[in-house]
Formats: sequence, structure tokens, C-alpha cells
Amino acid sequence: MKMKKVLAVLLAVTMVVLCFAACGKSNDASGEKNTNSTGEKTIKIGLSGPLTGSAAQYGNGVKNGAQLAVDEINEAGGINGIKLEFKMEDDEADAEKAKNAYNTLKDWGMQLSLGAVTSGACIAFQGEASVDNMFVLTPSATAVDAINGDNAFRVCFADPQQGVESADYIADKKLATKVAVIYDSSDAYSSGIYEAFSAEAAKKGLEIVTAQSFTADTKTDFSAQIQAIKSSGAELVFLPIYYSEASLILQTAKNAGLNVTFFGCDGLDGILTMENFDASLAEGVMLLTPFAKDATDDYTVKFVTKYKAKYGEDTMNQFAADAYDGVYIIKQAVEKAGITADMTSSEICDALKVAMTQIEYTGVTAKGMTWSANGEPTKPPIVVKIENGAYTIL
Amino acid sequence: MEFLSYLVSGISLGSIYALIALGYTMVYGIAKMLNFAHGDVIMVGAFVIFTVSTTWGLSPVVGVLISIVFCTLFGMLIEKVAYKPLRKASSLAVLITAIGVSYLLQNAAQLIFGSSTKSFTSVVNIPALRLFDGALVISGETIATIIISIIIMIALTLFINKTKPGRAMLAVAEDRGAAQLMGINVNATISLTFAIGSGLAAVAGALLCSAYPALSPTTGAMPGIKAFTAAVFGGIGSIPGAMIGGILLGVIENLSKGYISTQLSDAIVFAVLIIVLLVKPTGILGKKINEKV
Repeated sequence: MKMKKVLAVLLAVTMVVLCFAACGKSNDASGEKNTNSTGEKTIKIGLSGPLTGSAAQYGNGVKNGAQLAVDEINEAGGINGIKLEFKMEDDEADAEKAKNAYNTLKDWGMQLSLGAVTSGACIAFQGEASVDNMFVLTPSATAVDAINGDNAFRVCFADPQQGVESADYIADKKLATKVAVIYDSSDAYSSGIYEAFSAEAAKKGLEIVTAQSFTADTKTDFSAQIQAIKSSGAELVFLPIYYSEASLILQTAKNAGLNVTFFGCDGLDGILTMENFDASLAEGVMLLTPFAKDATDDYTVKFVTKYKAKYGEDTMNQFAADAYDGVYIIKQAVEKAGITADMTSSEICDALKVAMTQIEYTGVTAKGMTWSANGEPTKPPIVVKIENGAYTIL
Repeated sequence: MEFLSYLVSGISLGSIYALIALGYTMVYGIAKMLNFAHGDVIMVGAFVIFTVSTTWGLSPVVGVLISIVFCTLFGMLIEKVAYKPLRKASSLAVLITAIGVSYLLQNAAQLIFGSSTKSFTSVVNIPALRLFDGALVISGETIATIIISIIIMIALTLFINKTKPGRAMLAVAEDRGAAQLMGINVNATISLTFAIGSGLAAVAGALLCSAYPALSPTTGAMPGIKAFTAAVFGGIGSIPGAMIGGILLGVIENLSKGYISTQLSDAIVFAVLIIVLLVKPTGILGKKINEKV
């Protein structure tokens, strides 16, 4: 068939063209243009994240959170008198686009960065940044590999860390001894947490009576998993998954008459704001989260009030809080290291690497955060329980 | 008891596959094309119900009725805009177009409704059946899905075999050119096929999202593919075949989840499909068609 041949050639050509298009321009224009429109000296902070596409709500939360913090710092006179400039590029949570975003930001004159919002994109972003020795502090990329290299740090917990913290919490508070797990085996986030959880659970004397999984292709029907858990006699079900699947699991469990405690990680955050969700299903669900908007500490109250006034409640999630803290962490580290606006990105990075391990930060998402040289934060987890359709902090 | 429970949830899942597969198999049987956008019409139908019943606050029955009318017209529109101009083109071109329509619908829904998942309020108002002191629970959605699938299957079979437009469909399926010579309006018949298929998609959307109440722009994609598999399994083009294929697929999927592995359930389902097709290449109820040369 001639038609087929023509089509094949056409597809091949399209693919080659796309490959080249994706490479984009990557000319090194790190000329120091670090002054803003009014001629003041500034420090330029770059960030890449999804502003459109299916992960857009994460990216927009990060954008607003970071912008809020930058505006606050600038209104208060900047860091040691140096104003901040912030720019975010859209990467649609795509690794290749994150690389392009990195190069675009570098052309703009980025001196340090908040990395990328999602894990896959951040791995690509960090791949470029580590070559240039550009400082990275990702607010929300949880994959272990997202901060490979000594130039990168993160605000959130890494995936395995959440599993460890969850197992510790369940064991220390004696919530249950027989635990079941439902996780997404096709998702690195979910299976990463599950593996760390099961290792820590064994150490802490928790018995995992059944580990049920699903994949991206079988995430509609959970009746078989719920039935297996019902037969296993588990007292608690650990759900290291995202909230849309969790909502289905809670519904199925209710239909099947399964009465156990559900315990999740930050992926469950958002379940209460899911449109038309019957909040009574989530009653009693416990989860680890970096951010609870009903918390009454001064940092959270201030952040929530200002964010709501400026951007509304739609994107006021943990991503926004992580980014807001991220900017203030940078501020603290910049102050500690004595950064000036005329330093190059590599000099800034070398100074911040040291400063990051020396500071102790308290903000919206944690009290007394510290960092080790590998970039991982140490902070106490916040555990909340859903009561009457709202988070109650435990 | 555990076995019964797996079986019942398998039948429940399977009857939804069956309902979707009916739409696939009908369009394939008559228009001889794979309408890969069928799963996304289901999603459109579910979003119409969500908008009418949840956003506007009208009753779910009104929502379902509006959704059926909307999807029927929408199906005809898709056929007119995307498939009719390609009536004489190779079947590969039509297939690619169908995939294009599928992506168009998904992305349009994402633009209009946003990408975040919405919780769907069930439109089925039948209380769940609790047997053996609650050890076996059959939900109202399951009962409704099974009954509605059977009614639709019988109605479709009667329509195609007993009514004039139905027989026109059979004639078009058999030989398009000859049907036209006999005075049958082929374009109108194919348009009617799409109208009915899309109307069924609206019903399937209502039941799918009632049983599994998470609605997002990609809700229809995976069930659509599974239902297509079910249609091939039962013998594509055959209406009772779609029903049997769908239910078997659901039962196999759930039993393998329950007794073998939750991770491998899809692999097992497709392995069974391969075996069936090796033994009986036209599917369980498929007719052997001698290709005219």
C-alpha cells in the first residue's frame, strides 16, 4: 500500500523535526544583567513548573506562593537591601520542557533557582543545574533523584521519608498492629513510599497483613482490593496514593462495610477540596501533610490570610506553602552566606551550599527545619485527622 | 463467600464494559470503523450529567435525559465533521482521525472543566442488597447496570432485526454499494448508527461514573479500551457477543485480582484474549466472514 509508506515517511520526518525542536537554543548568555527596570541591584530567582496541563494546579500554587514571599521580602526592603526578582517558566510537568525552561531562565540571568515543581521535571532541571553549579532548592519534587548533586536541596520530604515517618507514627501512637496497604505499583511516588514504609514497619513491629496494588490502567475498580483487606483482618489501611483514587477506595470501602482507619501521605491532601466530594466518606482519615490551612500558628495564619486575599483559595495547597517557605529559606541562607547581587551563579551556589547546612528555619510547613549536605530536610511531620470535613492537627 | 463477592464485583464491572462495548460493536458492525472516540463520548456524557445535576442542581433524571439527547446529537456531529468526509478514504485514515477526535475531546474537556478530578453523585437510587449478614453486598449501581445492559441489548437486537431503519443498517453492513442501489440512504443510516451508539455512551457514562464516582477528562479512555477488548473478545459486530465479552472480561479481571495478583490482572485478561483469538480468531460469537476479493 502506497498510502502506508507515505504515512510512515511522514511520521518519521515529523519525529526528527520534533527532536530538533525540543533541543531548543541553549546558548550561554550568563552575562550579568542583574539589575531591574529601575536600575536597582537584584538577585534573580528562577523556577520551572507546570502552569498548564494536568498538573497545573501544583505549578500555579508554587508560583503564587513564591511570588507572595518575594513581594513580602521586597516590600520589607529586600535581603540586606538587595531586591529579589522572580520568574517562572511553564514546563507542563515535562522533563524535556523543564530543560528548555532552565536555559530560558539562564538567558534571563537567573542566579539561583527554586528548581522545578514536579519530580520528573526536576530531575531534568537539576541535570542542567548541576553542570553549571547553579543553586537549586525545590519546594515540592519528592523523588530521591530530584536533588542528586551537592548543589540541590528540597523543602518537602523525599518519598521514602514519608513512608518512614508514617510507619513511625502509626507504631509510636499504637494506632494499629495489623496494617494493610493499597499502593499504585505503576507510580514511583507511591511505590517508593510503600517500600520505605514496609521496611520501617518491620523494624517497628507492625505486621503488614496484605499489600494490595493497582496500576494506572486499573484504577477504577477497587472492589477486589477492599474484599481482600476485609478478609485479612487489618485494623488500619495505609494509602500512599493520590486523592482521586483514594476517594474511590473510600467509597468502595463504605459500600462493602469495611470499618478501619485510613492513613495517607501528602498525596491525599486535596481530597476535601475535590469538587462535589462527600466529605463524610473521609471522616476519620489521617494523613501526613506539610501544610494544614486551619493551623493556628502565626506563620500559617499570616500565610493563609495573605494568600486568600491575593489569589483566592483554589490553589492554596501544600505546594504553595512549600514554595512560600522555599523563598524564605533562600532569604535566610542568603543572609547567612552574605551574598551580594554582583556574585555569579556559581559563586552564590558555593556559598549557599555551606549556608544551607548551618541554618535552622521555622515557617509555614515546619518548625526547626535543618538540612544535611545531601540536600534532605529534617523536620517533624505534621499529622492531621479529618473531623467534620476539616483538618484537625494531632 | 469471598469468591461470590469477587464474582459479583466482576459482573458489575463487566456489565459496564458490556454497555460500552455495545456502542463499539454497533458502530463497527455497521459502519466498519473503530470509533476510538467512543470512550471519550462517555466522558462527555458524564460531564453533561455532572453539570446539569451538580452545578445547576437539577434532578439526576433530568441530567441523564439531557445527557442522552446531547450525546446523540454530539455523536452525529462528530460523524458529520470528522468521519463523513473520509467515507471513501482508507480505513487507516479513519482510524487515525478517530484517535484525533479522542484527544480533541479529552483536551477540550480539560480546558472547559479543568484537569482536577471531580466526585460524581450517583444517579442510581436503588438501595444496596446485603446478603449473608453483610458479607456479600451488591450495590444498587450493580443491579441497575446489569438490568439496563440486558434491556438495551434486547432492545437493540429487536430494533436491528425488526424495524425498517434497523434492517437498513444490516443491509449497509452487508454491502454498502448494493444497499445504496436498493434505495437505502447510506449516509443517513450511518448517521443513525452513530446517534444510537453515542446515546448508549451517555447511558454508559451515567452508570460508569455512578459505580466509580471519580470524573476527570480521561475517565472514559481506559474503560473505552477495555470495552473495545471486550467487543473483540465476544466477536466484534455481534451484539450478544459484546455483552458476553464484557461480562467475561470483568469477571476474569476481578478474579485474577482476587486470587492471583492485583498487579498482573491486566496481563492475565489480555493473555486470555490472545488465547481466545488464537483458537477462535473472530471472537466467541463472531461470524466467519469470507473476504470478497
